[in-house]
Amino acid sequence: MKIALTLNVNGRDHPVQVEARRTLADAIREECGLTGTHLGCEHGVCGACTILLDGEPVRSCLMFAVQAAGRRVRTVEGLAEGEKLHPLQRAFIEHHGLQCGYCTPGFLMLATGALERNPDIGDAELLEVLSANLCRCTGYKNIVTAVRAAAGEMRLRR
Amino acid sequence: MRANYIGQSVQRLEDLPLVTGRGRFAGDVSFPNQVHMRVVRSGHAHGRIRSVDVTRARAAPGVVAAWTAADVAGLRRIALREGPDARLEPYLQPVLAGERVRYVGEPVAVVFAEDPYLAEDAADLVGVEVEELPAVLDAHEPPSEFAPGRSTEPLVLRKGFGDVEAAFRAAHAVVELDLSIGRHSGVPLETRGAIACYDAARDLIRMYGAAKVPHRTRDGIAHVLDRDPATVHLHEGHVGGGFGVRGEVYPEDVLVCLGALRLARPVKWIEDRYENLIATNHSRQQRHRVRAAVDAGGRLLAIDDAFFHDQGAYPRTHGARVVDLTAAMLLGPYHVPAYRIAGHYRLTNKTPAATYRAPGRYEGSFVRERLMDAIALRLGLDRVEVRRRNLIPKTALPYRRELDAIGDEVVLDSGDYGGLLDKALEGVGWQKLQKDLKRRRAAGETVGAGIAMYLEKSGLGPRDGAHVTVDHTGGVEVVTGSASLGQGVETVMAQICADALGVDYRRVRVIHGQTDRIPKGIGAHASRATVMTGSAVHVAATSVRRKAIEAAAALMRVPADTLDIIDGRVVRKDSPDAISMDLGEVARSQASAPDAPGLSAEGWFESDHMNYPYGVHVAVVKVDRETGGVNVERFLIAYDVGRAVNPMLVEGQLAGGFAQGLGGALLEEFEYDGRGQPLSVTFADYLLPTASETPLVDVILSEDAPSPLNPLGLKGAGEGGITAVGAAVAAAIDDAIGIPGAVTRLPVTPMRLKEILDRANTPPRPVETGRGSG
Amino acid sequence: MKPARFEYHAPKTVESAVALLAEVAPREGRVLAGGQSLVPAMALRLAMPGHLVDINGVAGLDRVRVEARELVIDACVRHAAFHRQVVGGPLGALLSHVVRHIAHYPIRIRGTFCGSLAHADPASEWCLVAATLGARMTARSVRGTRVLTAADFFQGPMATALAADELLAEARLPLLPADARFGFHEFSRRAGDFAVAMSLATFRIGNGVMTGVRLGIGGVEGSPRRIGAAEAMLEGQRPSSTVLRAAADQVARTVEPLDDARYAAGYRRDLARVLARRALESAAA
Repeated sequence: MKIALTLNVNGRDHPVQVEARRTLADAIREECGLTGTHLGCEHGVCGACTILLDGEPVRSCLMFAVQAAGRRVRTVEGLAEGEKLHPLQRAFIEHHGLQCGYCTPGFLMLATGALERNPDIGDAELLEVLSANLCRCTGYKNIVTAVRAAAGEMRLRR
Repeated sequence: MRANYIGQSVQRLEDLPLVTGRGRFAGDVSFPNQVHMRVVRSGHAHGRIRSVDVTRARAAPGVVAAWTAADVAGLRRIALREGPDARLEPYLQPVLAGERVRYVGEPVAVVFAEDPYLAEDAADLVGVEVEELPAVLDAHEPPSEFAPGRSTEPLVLRKGFGDVEAAFRAAHAVVELDLSIGRHSGVPLETRGAIACYDAARDLIRMYGAAKVPHRTRDGIAHVLDRDPATVHLHEGHVGGGFGVRGEVYPEDVLVCLGALRLARPVKWIEDRYENLIATNHSRQQRHRVRAAVDAGGRLLAIDDAFFHDQGAYPRTHGARVVDLTAAMLLGPYHVPAYRIAGHYRLTNKTPAATYRAPGRYEGSFVRERLMDAIALRLGLDRVEVRRRNLIPKTALPYRRELDAIGDEVVLDSGDYGGLLDKALEGVGWQKLQKDLKRRRAAGETVGAGIAMYLEKSGLGPRDGAHVTVDHTGGVEVVTGSASLGQGVETVMAQICADALGVDYRRVRVIHGQTDRIPKGIGAHASRATVMTGSAVHVAATSVRRKAIEAAAALMRVPADTLDIIDGRVVRKDSPDAISMDLGEVARSQASAPDAPGLSAEGWFESDHMNYPYGVHVAVVKVDRETGGVNVERFLIAYDVGRAVNPMLVEGQLAGGFAQGLGGALLEEFEYDGRGQPLSVTFADYLLPTASETPLVDVILSEDAPSPLNPLGLKGAGEGGITAVGAAVAAAIDDAIGIPGAVTRLPVTPMRLKEILDRANTPPRPVETGRGSG
Repeated sequence: MKPARFEYHAPKTVESAVALLAEVAPREGRVLAGGQSLVPAMALRLAMPGHLVDINGVAGLDRVRVEARELVIDACVRHAAFHRQVVGGPLGALLSHVVRHIAHYPIRIRGTFCGSLAHADPASEWCLVAATLGARMTARSVRGTRVLTAADFFQGPMATALAADELLAEARLPLLPADARFGFHEFSRRAGDFAVAMSLATFRIGNGVMTGVRLGIGGVEGSPRRIGAAEAMLEGQRPSSTVLRAAADQVARTVEPLDDARYAAGYRRDLARVLARRALESAAA
């Protein structure tokens, strides 16, 4: 039995019809066609599915699509403004913060949420936040560098 | 050739789609009218199948088909990649288990449904009745019966040279160790996946989601389905990490293709993480009973090793490769006059194992470096000094080891092992480090440092080819048979091509992983892409450059040797601002050339020897004696890559490999209970290091020993980050707790370390047999 | 790893929530709050509830307030609420210290305090806090309201005294005395992991001796609990190293640790000793 609802993703409304058990991650990927949000484990540990829900990072594999009705969802596809990349996106490229790229959208959204909430975040707290997501390729070093660099730029812009 | 790009840490070409969420990983590929496949897997580690009932599944909502072994009875078994091996043929896994199940996770049936949720619902309705048999879980217990007349030890692989017995008789001292490496594996963040479509109009199966070795996989699938390989095309999109475990030919790949063929609808299969942990290749689990004979100065006279390799339930397409590499590479960078090694390839009722980053070398380095530390202890020598004394000197290279490694003669091509050791010691500040640790220990901290040296191997041949074309706009396309696993292969090939040809690397488009664009390819594995594909690209691009200059010389009516290509323009060397032609013009001019129209060339590179990069790992750890917890405070990798095309990418590979090595040293393990039930089935059980556990690794990148075996002097970098992490961390823990030789098993979990500490605190019982102390 | 089918209900009031629960509980109906524990279990099909009653939309379940010297935490209060001190004094500080050990930031955005209690994972930090501080849990159903003490509430791994049709409406933590001290230590394999073992200690120091001692252990046994025998050894004593160690030894003697393939009972027992001692030392410092 399907439920009709509207998902607001990156500022656009997507009317969808889904079973209650359809996860938010699957609905974003399939019904909304935004495949940038990735499934790494589907049990809430790896963070590859991280999106922003009303500005806060959450694991979209741990929510059902029906729960996101009336909420603002932001995914990696919504970070850039047209051709203009978000400072985090540029920093990841500049500092080689990605290799296979599978964990990257999750890290970008996690970092966006954390930095938008607190651009002055300290190193220790930043490391704690970044420990929320798993990466298997980079050893984290360049991810940390990239996020710090982007934080610097976002502070200046403020 | 001007090195504008080689040696530069230019930004990657791959990144834009990946940071904007526009990647095309297997899960992102969909076709109209597709069905979703779900595999039903054995819940028993060992048993006779009594029945597999798909009646209820077939009747479930949205189900299009459900198959058991009977439905795929005609299929061949998945073949070994390097050719038949009579010793292993009788043990090959069927695509779906029919008579026996041999590991939890083995495919037993398959369901096709309209969406993955329904497919999983239906799969739960498949009834599998198994008469349970005892599970074989120990690779070093005496072999048992796999099938009537077939033991669980299909082969013992032996290598060696010199007179080992004489060496042990003449030895000043003998050290003997029993060492184990735990079962763990690559576990990429993207699980496996494949999507197949059958184009009936052209009798063509197209499969998406290929990785690592698309041409080999194509051949493997075609073989099972009894089709001409030319009727199977594999396409690689974005790949979320490989590490050796993706790109195997698995039963699921065959089933996806067969499904597309029989159901006349595209078939999509995406593995979930639970499946990934029990059905994607495991690796690493070995137990070594090793001894070394040394002289009074601590120099190795002989190494004698018998090891037991836990292969799991079936051979994989690599056959005995991991055992071979373990045996071939165990000696590392040391001079060893006599050697004997026997690798027992043992089947058990666990998930089958195969290659994982630095296969055989992570294991062998742990063994070798524990030996070196044991020798240092026995003779009262400094751990660094004992290694230095045993290193093959620079002047002795090229150095032939009387061994072969997977069929290639082992000739260490170039290296300055002592020189890199010096760089590592200086880079980490070894002397000061020892003083600091001493001071901290006096203040009550349990801290220590460990060092390990290793050889890696790269550039596996025998050959690779590339095709370079300049189009009429001056854009360059490079078609390779290589594969991307996320390592930056496009960027590296573009840099090499750009330098050889004389263009901006951003104008070079690199094709990889498409079996219909180039007939042969050996993909990306064994750290071969930069060396083999890179060399082939260099050869091809150099040919194109020569053709372009010759054509331009004719058109400009000047001698060819007065011309150069700079930034995509053919210019006069002595007056670059004078009349010139851009490459697009040259290409257009060749469009109607009589023999080979267009501006393009093929290039091949052959190599019958691998080459040998090498490195040093240094670990600094802090131990919590009361809990057994270990924190790796610092880690340094010194690595000689011969020549770095893109230093930033090389360092990225080393940092990533390090994190995986750390996981294998402290956190990651596939554990089983007494009935062969896997215990590590989610990311809550199988622990991957997070940023908190992974120190920011220091990398010293060295280019002291370019390889003489290829035109650019390249060696590979894909594996050197992981190789000796287990060894270095173990040595550091020993040093911290003050019990040399304490760590004999990886991973060093807190509970195991606590046991070691508790045993050490318990007063020892009197020794009964006088075998010598220490 | 897709969940099995279920019927979804999103009540807007507590009354309709409990009415729904009464109706669906016999058909494996469960409450969905944060979902950070329930949804993974559903993905693995270890849990296959036929109905979910989503209380995230129920008005007024997200308050934290002080009432009659208790901190009252409503059903939908998220872990993240405790990042800042929700109340002045030692209790607020204790909660914001403990919350940093719970999983990771994105989990804390959704997961709820009461949800953790209802889930009753032995390794849950909030469960240890509830047991040690003597929380009172208010269960609501169509049959009315009842209050359960922590000792009655936790009944073993993943088991509580809640009936299938009861909603854990709120948890009440007694405010600590203004001069109370606390110490919390946890041992886990990685940052943010569930505790293999953990301990929470609080007491006041008056005239140089400890009073009002509470010492709890979690992760080691099926449920978290106070170790009365150890508390008795501390009450009225000076917080000297000898005294604290002796109490920690008592903790080790008292606990009946879980024993499984992952961690042996002996190891858990040793951890209990170490962490109890560290928690006491931190409180005394």
